[in-house]
Amino acid sequence: MENFTPINAIIGGVLIGLSSTLFLWLNGRIAGISGIAGGLDSLDRNEFTWRLLFLTGLIGGVAIYRTAGGTLQDIEIVSSIPVLIAAGLLTGLGTRMGNGCTSGHGICGLARLSPRSFVAVPTFLSIAVITFFLTRHVLGGL
Amino acid sequence: MVNPQKVLGFLDVAGSWDPSLMFVLGSGLLVTIVAFLPITRMAKPVLDVDFRLPTPTAIDIKLIGGATLFGIGWGLVGYCPGPAIASLAYGQIESGIFLGAMVLGLYADRLYRRPTTVI
Repeated sequence: MENFTPINAIIGGVLIGLSSTLFLWLNGRIAGISGIAGGLDSLDRNEFTWRLLFLTGLIGGVAIYRTAGGTLQDIEIVSSIPVLIAAGLLTGLGTRMGNGCTSGHGICGLARLSPRSFVAVPTFLSIAVITFFLTRHVLGGL
Repeated sequence: MVNPQKVLGFLDVAGSWDPSLMFVLGSGLLVTIVAFLPITRMAKPVLDVDFRLPTPTAIDIKLIGGATLFGIGWGLVGYCPGPAIASLAYGQIESGIFLGAMVLGLYADRLYRRPTTVI
């Protein structure tokens, strides 16, 4: 097991869980990032505003932590640009089609005992594992 | 998870496996599983008149197909939507490229569909 950071992982996970809980309790909505980001084209001003605020907080949280001197990992991306674009497109298309991602289906959907999430989460997890295996260990990296 | 290598390390079950993401998801789920239960019994959320929860119930090809496409994208680079957006705080070009493509993917169906409110 390399680079295993259990403490940070648990703290991070708890924070994600807490924020999803707060969002459901206070605002009555699911903190699914793909849904939040994917609805910014709403013509309803309220819809647009709360989504913008949520995403600002998402980015701002990282920015504030770093500015305050907190140490976060560097971002290491080894993928080529065509792969970045393909992966981004697939992520956007897939989460839109599937109505959710790791936060919406994973953290929130499973907690709500949503049958759709019980299908979606193992699907994207296993497909991701297989994809990684094929690209890294069979193709030698993309 | 804003560093995709952490995620890829978790997906690398056949190689040098980093279980960190499992701990993130696990501890997050522990919180939400426990905390969601009382909340779902509330008549309304604290700051709004009604809950606005996802309505689809069908397990259909859209769901499975979507999860599959997302899984491929996730397995290629190691970014899912949340960390991809959060990584804007780092201002790195690679995550920006991924994010731009992700936005295109998220909004692609507007080419043939009127915008609808996504929960």
